[in-house]
Order: sequence, then structure tokens, then C-alpha cells
Amino acid sequence: MCVSLSAAVLLKDMKLLDVKLGQLPSWLAMRDFTPGGILGAIRRGYNRYYTKYIDVRKGGLGGISMVLAGYVVISYIWSYSHLKHERRRKYH
Amino acid sequence: MILTFFDQFSSPCLLGIPLIILSMLFPTLLFPTPNNRWVTNRLTTLQLWLTHTITKQLMIPLNKPGHKWALILTSLMMLLLTINLLGLLPYTFTPTTQLSMNMALAFPLWLATLLVGLRNQPTTSLGHLLPEGTPTPLIPALIMIETISLFIRPLALGVRLTANLTAGHLLIQLISTATITLLPIMPTVSIITLTILLLLTILEVAVAMIQAYVFVLLLSLYLQENI
Repeated sequence: MCVSLSAAVLLKDMKLLDVKLGQLPSWLAMRDFTPGGILGAIRRGYNRYYTKYIDVRKGGLGGISMVLAGYVVISYIWSYSHLKHERRRKYH
Repeated sequence: MILTFFDQFSSPCLLGIPLIILSMLFPTLLFPTPNNRWVTNRLTTLQLWLTHTITKQLMIPLNKPGHKWALILTSLMMLLLTINLLGLLPYTFTPTTQLSMNMALAFPLWLATLLVGLRNQPTTSLGHLLPEGTPTPLIPALIMIETISLFIRPLALGVRLTANLTAGHLLIQLISTATITLLPIMPTVSIITLTILLLLTILEVAVAMIQAYVFVLLLSLYLQENI
């Protein structure tokens, strides 16, 4: 990686994993939160996941299993208010 | 709050926002658009193979005007297949357990096949109300029976899908409750119930795929009569 060029990248365009912890609030403030910006961020995230795990020559089960596991987790979170009544307790 | 076994079928809601739309849109995430390459990635290859097999199976009995229905029948099949199979994952919500959704799918499509037939070839379509070779005295009764069966079709389509999936999910929940409850009391019976649960889950996977296929197949049959 060209370390000498990293200083030239603007803060607002840096990827999240490259941002230092102290710079995080200003990074968040500079991000594009318009609907078009959020859509762009979703599209970029989707493309990154797709090109890394699915659109490869010998993709495996892992690519789609991660999506399904995420769906299960999200469904659990959505139905938590129903599920907490199904625990085995004497008094709910 | 009174807890019943039917609570798993209540439409998911988060802070008052209905989430059923998200459950219905999730299958689109699993079908990425194939890029224009000669050799695609494994997921796209499998999906294209499945789509081609389904389309061929559905379109072989249909005549040329019927091939206009290829897109809607194949996409309906893929939608039902994914929705049913995703419902078998833990904690997920299956939109096809809701009678409203299945009737919304069945009724307009059945009505479309009926209207296409009545508009383009009314005599042939009405001719299906009387099977060939019936004895003359039976004709009035048989026409009434066939008309009733014609109008029952959308109801049957919707209710069949709903009932199969709802019953399957309910059985899974009941048997798993029995397994958990029996575990401290009679472990042997609990193991037997666990085996039954495993077999039932395999059956449910099969039922999920078969019910989707039956729905679309019946629609294509109604189309064959009318087009």
C-alpha cells in the first residue's frame, strides 16, 4: 500500500476501518446523510459484499449463509417483544 | 398477555410499522442480476438452471399465446419457493401463512385466466363446463356442478397454500414444545419426539417446495383450458 499517498485522502472519503477513533465524530458529521447518499452507501456496501463473496469463480456456501444468518438475527430482533413472553419463568 | 400457539403467525410489527413488506422483499436480495458474462458465478449458474428448468416444465403443455405468461408464472414460482423455504429458518416470518396474501395472489391470476378465455374464445371456455360424453339426463346437474367448481378454484388455490404452510409450522411448534417439556420428565419419549421432529422438518421442506409447484401448476392448467 502506498503510505505516502494516504495523507492526501480527504477525511470524508476515507473508509470506516481507516478512520482513527478520535476522528470518528467529525467523520460521521461529514458523511452524506441525504436519501441519495444513503442509497449510494447501501449500493456500495451491497456491491462490496457481492464482489467479495458471491461473484467469484468458486464461491461456496458461506456467501449466502451469511445473508441468511443475518436475516435470522434480524427476524429475532423484530419479534423479540413476542418472544420474551415465551420464556420459562414463574412470573413473566 | 394470553399466549397461544398462533402467535407465530401474527404479522410482524416494529414500533407500529408493519414489517411484512420487508419479509416479502427479502427474496430479491437472494436473486442477484446475472452479469453479461459467458460463465457466471456459482449462485447465478444454479439460479439460471433452476429458472430454465421451471420455465421449460411450465411452458411445454402451453400453446404459443400461452407463452406470454412465462414471465409471471416463473417469477411467481420463484417467489413462492423462496418465501416458503425461508419460513423454515428459525424466528422468520412466512408471508404465505396469511390467507390475505395467498388470496391476493390466487384470485387475480385465476380471474385473468378466466377473462382471457371468455374474451378470446368464449365458446371453448364455456364448453369446458360440460365434459365430453356425459349422458343427456345428467347435463343440467353437471353444468351446475362444473360452474360451482369453477368458482371454487381461487378459494381452493389460496386456502390450500395457507393451510399447508400454517399446519406445518404449527405442527413443528407443537412437537418441539412437547420435546422440550418431556425432556426432564421422560427422556426416552423426548428422544422419540425429537426424531419425529426431524422427520417432520424434512417433510416441511418438501411441502414448501411442492406447494409452490402445485400453485403454479394449477394456474398453468387453468390457463391451458382458456387460451
